Amino acid sequence: MQITLKVWRQSDANSPGDFVSYPVDNVTEDMSFFEVIDMLNDELVLRGEEPIAFDHDCREGICGTCGIFIDGRAHGPLQGVTSCQVHMRSFTDGQEIVVEPWRARAFPVIKDLAVDRTAFDRIMASGGYISVNTGSSVDANATPISKHDADEAFDAAACIGCGACVASCKNASAMLFVGAKVSQYALLPQGQPESKERVLNMVATMDDEGFGSCTNTGACESECPKEISLEHIARMNREFIKASLG
Amino acid sequence: MSFQSNIPDGPLKEKWTKHKFDLKLVNPANKRKYNIIVVGTGLAGASAAASFAELGYNVQAFSYHESPRRAHSIAAQGGINAAKNYPNDGDSIYRLFYDTIKGGDYRAREANVYRLAEISNNIIDQCVAQGVPFAREYGGLLDNRSFGGAQVSRTFYARGQTGQQLLLGAYSALIRQMGKGTVQFHPRHEMLDLVLVNGEAKGIITRNLVTGEINRHSANAVVLATGGYGNVFFLSTNAMASNVTAAWRAHRKGAYFANPCFTQIHPTCIPVSSEHQSKLTLMSESLRNDGRVWVPKKKGDNRNPSDIPEEDRDYYLERLYPSFGNLVPRDVASRRAKDMCDKGHGVGNTGLAVYLDFSDAIQRLGRDAVSAKYGNLFDMYQQITGENPYETPMRIYPAVHYTMGGLWVDYNLMSNVPGLFVLGEANFSDHGANRLGASALMQGLADGYFIIPQTIGNYLSEKLNETVSIEDSAFSSAENDVRERAEKLLSVNGSRTVDDIHKELGKILWDNVGMSRESSGLNEAIQKIPALREEFWNNVRVPGNNESFNPELEKAGRVADFLELGETMARDALNREESCGGHFREEHQTEENEARRNDEGYTYVAAWEYQDGAPPNLHKESLNFENVSLTTRSYK
Ligand SMILES: Cc1cc2nc3c(=O)[nH]c(=O)nc-3n(C[C@H](O)[C@H](O)[C@H](O)COP(=O)(O)OP(=O)(O)OC[C@H]3O[C@@H](n4cnc5c(N)ncnc54)[C@H](O)[C@@H]3O)c2cc1C
Ligand code: SF4
Ligand code: FES
Repeated sequence: MQITLKVWRQSDANSPGDFVSYPVDNVTEDMSFFEVIDMLNDELVLRGEEPIAFDHDCREGICGTCGIFIDGRAHGPLQGVTSCQVHMRSFTDGQEIVVEPWRARAFPVIKDLAVDRTAFDRIMASGGYISVNTGSSVDANATPISKHDADEAFDAAACIGCGACVASCKNASAMLFVGAKVSQYALLPQGQPESKERVLNMVATMDDEGFGSCTNTGACESECPKEISLEHIARMNREFIKASLG
Repeated sequence: MSFQSNIPDGPLKEKWTKHKFDLKLVNPANKRKYNIIVVGTGLAGASAAASFAELGYNVQAFSYHESPRRAHSIAAQGGINAAKNYPNDGDSIYRLFYDTIKGGDYRAREANVYRLAEISNNIIDQCVAQGVPFAREYGGLLDNRSFGGAQVSRTFYARGQTGQQLLLGAYSALIRQMGKGTVQFHPRHEMLDLVLVNGEAKGIITRNLVTGEINRHSANAVVLATGGYGNVFFLSTNAMASNVTAAWRAHRKGAYFANPCFTQIHPTCIPVSSEHQSKLTLMSESLRNDGRVWVPKKKGDNRNPSDIPEEDRDYYLERLYPSFGNLVPRDVASRRAKDMCDKGHGVGNTGLAVYLDFSDAIQRLGRDAVSAKYGNLFDMYQQITGENPYETPMRIYPAVHYTMGGLWVDYNLMSNVPGLFVLGEANFSDHGANRLGASALMQGLADGYFIIPQTIGNYLSEKLNETVSIEDSAFSSAENDVRERAEKLLSVNGSRTVDDIHKELGKILWDNVGMSRESSGLNEAIQKIPALREEFWNNVRVPGNNESFNPELEKAGRVADFLELGETMARDALNREESCGGHFREEHQTEENEARRNDEGYTYVAAWEYQDGAPPNLHKESLNFENVSLTTRSYK
């Protein structure tokens, strides 16, 4: 196949950016989208041009490092899949594919398609944990937890912190990301002692970091590669109200 | 320098307890006066950094990732072992110890492995307390499964994402300390050199990957938890950025590199499909619990798998190993797959694949039950290959997965360079010549949560107020070396990309230092790698500059180190005139093509000392077995 990549190029956070088109030949269906960028980058390097910077690491959908708009959609055309898992069989010969970074005030561009998501870590540092020091825990089976709750906590814990929810939200809200963490702990007995402070602090930090508010459009849920459900936002809202009431 | 294993004496079962009592302690009021550098915040590094901070030490943590949660540990699928014996099926600390030491083909230290098994149970308690959502049974208690050929069910798991959940647990402990300001985390900072003062590790030099700034950091001790070096082969199941640089820079400064040739090739990975392949994807070993491995009996039989009748199929693992069948250890399963393909029975376009077939399991258990167990893996397979494994057998082939070798450490996890500690996959300690499934997560967390927080005090207690200023000449000269190296890489301006040369290195290693090795191939690798290194330094092209975000420059530095490591791996493999675990020498096999160990000659750890401009020097740490007798592994 032959395709054209129309890629956002921006040399750093303070410079303006623009789209540049690159035709790419010899693409095969089995290649991943990132392997096409690799191939293009090799050509660019040999031509003396700057390769396209993009974040990626595991290339199997679990580390959350990758995250770009492919053809107008966060993580590309498929449901429940990260950018690194998109394969060329999802596209047609001759297609032009637009490639852009996450766009959100809280995620400044580092270069080209790579953005800075450390705001997520700062939210987590304000409450995304259970305060238990190493060595001070009881036997793992001391507290039975219903399988149903454990499974639901797992569904929330599956968030990979990629930021697609923020990028696809018109308000750049981080509610799905924060909701997933609050919800995981809210569902588990271990999370109860700190539940109030957790939700209040994490929401406050989220606001301080410049993420927008949630207007329930649901774009986050439909673009989330781990299909994190809006129910977790609802659960966080309940936790928040409970905590605010004292 | 000291090259003593420092294994405590006394009976196996009492060594660790006794040792903890004998270790010198740091006065709690003094802990905040110590600075510890932790490089790497995967399972091993995050758990260590968090635990140090809880004890009161000041911690500086570094990672080339943007967040600790991105570390390669996140990708572990299958599970983590512990000797809880919750299923009441006869497990015990001793059995976990025994299985691990036997699985490693008797090339690990008894005392280390026993300690690992002993600590395994605390890890599970710790993780559950942190809110790690392990799989549970309907009664609300934790579920276990059997994994990687173990005869008992001792593996704790969180669907197919155990590494993710454990890492998020360790990350939460770490981020709590970051919030308190007791750990200062430096994201997107790569360690490019180790600084020694009077022979002791006193700091590191880093590059800020966003701005290119080079910085000096000093501390009372340096802890490396920088992961494995499987990417030396270019293609592996490791994350793209996993590399050996931190360990290799330490090696060049005097730290011994132990058993570099002990690499693990995992049998169930998705085969290579194109020349542009950038990485390989693991299909969890748990699939072998229900999938049956086969190839066509007839060479070159390229009929559709569903058109090949039972009598024309060779379920070779079940045939060769009737008692273990499809559950033989990784090294055996991998080598047999290669054998079958080398003999012309391979399937798929390239002939480098065997079938992993679930049709029996689907018939026996139903499609829904199979999907509940393996659904996410089947989806991942379909996403990558475009084929539906419910309908047609998976094609799998072995791929580089894990490195048992690493920096040499003593029982305290300290390298032969005083003040330099090494944890997790980056050290060589516990897996001998072959790692069993679900034991790397266990080791990384044992090292980080429970061992290093105890042992580091023994070293630090004598180092109060011994922090060196970053103005010291040792720091300035290390910084200069780092700058010069970057300038050199950027100025070659040749005609080959970094990846292009890396792929060539990978091919040399895969062909000669891969699943099976023999002296002529190893000698060939020892000739070819230095030539490729020359080619690299004269003909690589690295674009851009040092003062900006430059992923090509990052890769170039890492590949330069792989080009040195590769040669040492070949030398280590050539030196080891035996077959053991993942190290299979063609010259040393039985009539039935099984590995033949040479216990008289090689019951030792090969620890290599770097020499500038000359082949490395071999030091041997002999392994003494007081509790188990060395038997031939048999899975028949
Ligand atoms: C696909 C896959 C599946 C696996 N499944 C299992 C399993 O089911 N069970 C099991 O027990 N094991 C499994 N393993 C093995 C296990 O995941 C790893 O061995 C283990 O997670 C390694 O942890 P670590 O903390 O030592 O290193 P890593 O997680 O690799 O962390 C390395 C850290 O070091 C940092 N770093 C490295 N170099 C530098 C530098 N120069 N400067 C700054 N920072 C640096 C990185 O940023 C990162 O933070 C699997 C491995 C793979 C590849
Ligand atoms: S909630 Fe989904 S989209 Fe948002 S960070 Fe987590 S995984 Fe990514
Ligand atoms: S690169 Fe890890 S999720 Fe895409």
